[in-house]
Amino acid sequence: MEKQEDCLVIGGHAFHSRFILGSGKYSLQLIEAAVQDAGAEIVTLAVRRANTKEQENILDYIPNGVTLLPNTSGARNADEAVRIARLARELGCGDFVKIEIMRDSKYLLPDNAETIKATERLANEGFVVMPYMYPDLNVARDLVEAGAAAVMPLAAPIGSNKGLATKAFIQILIDEIDLPIIVDAGIGKPSEACEAMEMGAAAIMANTALATAGNLPLMAAAFKDAIAAGRKAYLAGLGRVLTRGAAASDPLTGFLHD
Amino acid sequence: MENQFFVDSEKLSERALAKKHQLEQDPTSRKDPMEYFPDMEQIHSPVREKVIAAMEAYDYDSYTAVDVRRALNHETCTVEDFKALLSPAALPFLEEMAARARLETSRHFGNTVYLFTPLYIANYCENYCVYCGFNCYNDIKRLQLDAGQIEHEMKVIAASGMEEILLLTGESKTKSNVSYIGEACKLARKYFKNVGLEIYPVNTEDYRYLHECGADYVTVFQETYDLKKYETLHLLGHKRVWPYRFEAQERALRGGMRGVGFSALLGLSDFRRDALATALHVYYLQRKYPQAEFSLSCPRLRPIINNDKINPLDVGERQLCQILCAYRIFLPFAGITVSSRESAAFRNGIAKICATKISAGVSTGIGDHEEKYTGKDEERTGDEQFEICDTRSLEAMYADMAAEGLQPVLNDYLYV
Amino acid sequence: MVKINGEAKEAAGRKLCDYLKEAGYDSRAIAVEYNEAILPKADYETTILQDGDVVEIVCFMGGG
Repeated sequence: MEKQEDCLVIGGHAFHSRFILGSGKYSLQLIEAAVQDAGAEIVTLAVRRANTKEQENILDYIPNGVTLLPNTSGARNADEAVRIARLARELGCGDFVKIEIMRDSKYLLPDNAETIKATERLANEGFVVMPYMYPDLNVARDLVEAGAAAVMPLAAPIGSNKGLATKAFIQILIDEIDLPIIVDAGIGKPSEACEAMEMGAAAIMANTALATAGNLPLMAAAFKDAIAAGRKAYLAGLGRVLTRGAAASDPLTGFLHD
Repeated sequence: MENQFFVDSEKLSERALAKKHQLEQDPTSRKDPMEYFPDMEQIHSPVREKVIAAMEAYDYDSYTAVDVRRALNHETCTVEDFKALLSPAALPFLEEMAARARLETSRHFGNTVYLFTPLYIANYCENYCVYCGFNCYNDIKRLQLDAGQIEHEMKVIAASGMEEILLLTGESKTKSNVSYIGEACKLARKYFKNVGLEIYPVNTEDYRYLHECGADYVTVFQETYDLKKYETLHLLGHKRVWPYRFEAQERALRGGMRGVGFSALLGLSDFRRDALATALHVYYLQRKYPQAEFSLSCPRLRPIINNDKINPLDVGERQLCQILCAYRIFLPFAGITVSSRESAAFRNGIAKICATKISAGVSTGIGDHEEKYTGKDEERTGDEQFEICDTRSLEAMYADMAAEGLQPVLNDYLYV
Repeated sequence: MVKINGEAKEAAGRKLCDYLKEAGYDSRAIAVEYNEAILPKADYETTILQDGDVVEIVCFMGGG
């Protein structure tokens, strides 16, 4: 096999890092260290009403060259997501947007139907659309049709650190969908990020797992290594798993006669 | 071996013979196989390019036992794994492949085997495909059944208990036009629960019409995905247009058909590459049309009337079994049909591994079911497309399959 | 009255850019939605707030 540079391509943009870093739930002062130790090239942000006059500008804390991925959190339907995405673009962060539409404030589970609608509208407006979704193959296909640049299935409820609860369904998306599958939400440990990468996920998005760690930059580095290791394992092709008790039975091919 | 296919009939006129020889000997006298006829619909689909690029890049000798072992240990079979399973390196693993294939088959289909029968309603053909008994230069008895004769055949077949039928014609758009085939579909709906078609490729609107007439499955054999070879075998007629044929299944699905069937005719060209292309044709279309049903056939070349030298070359039973096991492991959801071209022993064996559908009570001739089923002479019959090998009746097949521990199924289908 | 970020403000008749400056917003870091349409930064100078206008002023914050 010829050796090629292994890039993550989203909407025509190539990235070397496969770790998308969230910037929520921790202090702005830690962001730069987190980005650096994570080796992240994409950082997610939220859009909020600018109510506090003295508010610091988060953009001042994000190193240059990092691609900003604003999310539409707070949106409860496609209309609101479109509004937030347009505002985010006006904030001067480029064309990337992560669609997050929640109609449920208890579990924060994404509304797949509204997400499809928002994806179609924003893709038509020239956004690089990365929809966060509950892993459902039919929905993922609709998102592809709608013009998504990647699909971001959840591993477990957002912020839960519960790991790959939807593993079997994420595997189906990886096998069937021709876009990058980026596992988002619920990943709590580097080992889980590694496992998702071994399965063939294109990237991992994590936030709470880092924000709730004892040492945030160190956990960022741990995730970086785990994601890189999982990617290498995937590219290398996982080897044999020995199963116990091989089944010896009558030969099935004894009838062949030439 | 230059070409074992060319046979001249004494009945051809001097002019016809001259044209035949020119087509055979002078490639420039033949139409460009990439050029559509004016009445042929062109759809824009990236599937063909993907399939052909993968086929052309396939170097099966580069795969080793290690690759095969890895492929067999993967839970899901990737395209790379499939290539390894089709390679010569996999032949020593045939028993393991069969075990894995049987597991996949049982997961998706249980221990069922579906039974069906083909009904040829006309053998007129405007193509010159050099290996085919129906080819327009071959001296055979031609016949086209009228509605009454078709219904008579269907009654005879239905009386045997058969519930699924596959309607076939030679490829003559003028003799057997779409409305003729549509009428046959309407008749078939009266006697059978499931009607499939194996006719010349048509446009989307024609497929839609035939679907409305009662057909729900369309099978089109690409014969070979190797364009260079294809061009030397299909010398004349609509069938010469290779991309139009390739896109037939996609048009059928767009026309509302529930399922589509695929095949290369193994032995025409490099069978490993053809098998790869056939499976990838299914693989990419499945991704594009996930609601559709897919099935694969695996015909090997058979002798025809006036030419008994035609044979499947290097595709022995072991190779055929390898291909079918690889198909099953790579496309566990796809139906696999094994026709009466193969022996009873082979079909009994393969049905336990990966085949899901087999034909019974088969005739590839025209209008001869009563003669074949009851021994009663029929006045006029048309000659056969190829010689079959497994001649078992539905009753015998049903009993044999049950004796093999399989559950024969006549139909579980609902036309909606 | 002008509704700004959900609050009624006595800002009718004033230029948007003046309001933003006085209220302490860093115009570099914000985006403005004016009566449900995005307002380009260049229009902050020329937009006079009217009675009944609805203005949303947003900025980025940390998020996942």
